[in-house]
Amino acid sequence: MAKEYETVIGLEVHVELATKTKIFCGCSTAFGGAPNTHTCPVCTGMPGSLPVLNRQVVEYAVAVGLATNCSITQHCKFDRKNYFYPDNPQNYQISQLYLPICRNGYVEIETPEDDGLKRKRIGIHEIHMEEDAGKLIHDDWEGSSLVDYNRSGVPLIEIVSEPDMRNADEVIAYLEKLRTTIQYLGASDCKLQEGSMRADVNISVREMGAAEFGTRTEMKNLNSFHAIMHAIEGERARQIDLIESGEKVVQETRRWDDQKGMSYAMRSKEDAQDYRYFPDPDLVPVYISDEWIARVRANQPELREAKMKRYRESFGIPDYDIRIITDSKHMADLFEETVALGAQPKKVSNWLMVETLRILKEREMDAQDIGFSPKHLAALIALVDQKAITTTVAKEVFEVMFAEDVDPVAYVEEKGLKTVNDESELRRTVEQVIADNPQSVADYRNGKEKAIGFLVGQTMKAMKGKADPTGVNKLLKELL
Amino acid sequence: MANVIDDETIEYVGILAKLELSDEEKDQAKQDMAKMLDYIDQLNELDTTGVEPMSHIFQVENVFREDEVTNGDMREAVLANAPEEKDGMFVVPQTFE
Repeated sequence: MAKEYETVIGLEVHVELATKTKIFCGCSTAFGGAPNTHTCPVCTGMPGSLPVLNRQVVEYAVAVGLATNCSITQHCKFDRKNYFYPDNPQNYQISQLYLPICRNGYVEIETPEDDGLKRKRIGIHEIHMEEDAGKLIHDDWEGSSLVDYNRSGVPLIEIVSEPDMRNADEVIAYLEKLRTTIQYLGASDCKLQEGSMRADVNISVREMGAAEFGTRTEMKNLNSFHAIMHAIEGERARQIDLIESGEKVVQETRRWDDQKGMSYAMRSKEDAQDYRYFPDPDLVPVYISDEWIARVRANQPELREAKMKRYRESFGIPDYDIRIITDSKHMADLFEETVALGAQPKKVSNWLMVETLRILKEREMDAQDIGFSPKHLAALIALVDQKAITTTVAKEVFEVMFAEDVDPVAYVEEKGLKTVNDESELRRTVEQVIADNPQSVADYRNGKEKAIGFLVGQTMKAMKGKADPTGVNKLLKELL
Repeated sequence: MANVIDDETIEYVGILAKLELSDEEKDQAKQDMAKMLDYIDQLNELDTTGVEPMSHIFQVENVFREDEVTNGDMREAVLANAPEEKDGMFVVPQTFE
């Protein structure tokens, strides 16, 4: 009988913090600047330059630590991790090895199981603060590489989990949990595709029931949930094959190629695993007092679980809606602000759940990218409530509003989209439709009730959607 | 000297530091490193029970910057000493991960 194997997975997640400036200098962290225009002597490792810690980095790290049930290392400091690579201008990365800012935390995840949800606690070993590296662009024509240090010194936190995950579902649930939590805190936008959240996955397999862990490999270059799931499946199969054919898994770093669905051992940087860490003498220790921790805790915004609970108690919308709306802080804010402007919660929820999600999906956008304002959504809902426009027209207006955040009241006025309440115009159109469609009229008169639907549709079309379908239906029945 | 640095160690340290040393330089470095280790051994003779490990020589902590952009574009100055530049970037030998 074939042996059964268990996959053991631990994650190292890097998150770029949402500070305005870099971790150790006053250079901007803004995206899209021309190469090396956001650099200075500190973040390009010029001799004699001195780093000074950005206070906000500590605030964000503590906030994430508290939200993930960590204990805060009140006396912490920075260490140098030494290695040579052109994206690292100092030849060392300033990081934290000995006294990381947060330790021993956990998050709760939920994964689907049979009919219900399985809850599980994933341990967080530590969270440390460090700086990002620059970007290398390979110039194949010239056989050289070009270096842009705009990202060098951008603040990161690295969240190191315990090897507590057993399959890809748990990994995705864990990442989603971290992402929502950190987005709610405003500490990062956590976009995998853009690299503001990056995950390295440590994987090993062992026979079911074994006490010891197998040899693990580290998988890099995973920039989507899709890539992460496939890399885990692929690496599990590769390791099992090795074991079954009597070979050994080698502890190494591998690079996932999502196009080919395969991973490759990265050329081992010769002896590079010996980073010779030592305390950074250019930076003084950080002391995080009880008062400071209490202040961060007091300023902590409402996190997702608390928000879901409040929604259940106060808005009377289905649990399914609550889950989806609160999945993104931005969407939850939009929902609450629109409701605060007087719109009925379920109606707001419907616009978000149906039209908004549809457009987001079509355009491969993220909920964070929603650009329309709560004021305009509330105005659109009010127009429908007042029967000033039909639902069909409302959907058209919404498309424009989604793209350009137009004021629906002004837009409806300008484009003449108001529902026609002029009885005589409507009657003329209905009479014309009846005259043009003798077959459907005959069908209806012969008892085929459904035929009226076609006539309503024709009338709506003739009125360019600006008629109230219930009214049209009534009028048709009257005239037939 | 109580400590002796063997050939293997000096070779390894040389690789880590990306240094190519001549045999003479290696001998010199071996002696210097042995002396440093002797000095550390001497420090280790002290009883430090109950003494907090020191991570910095100054009695200073919490030196921070506020999160405000203070630097503008200084690309020209940053690139001034680059041996070679192209399109506003440093040119280095082709490097792959």
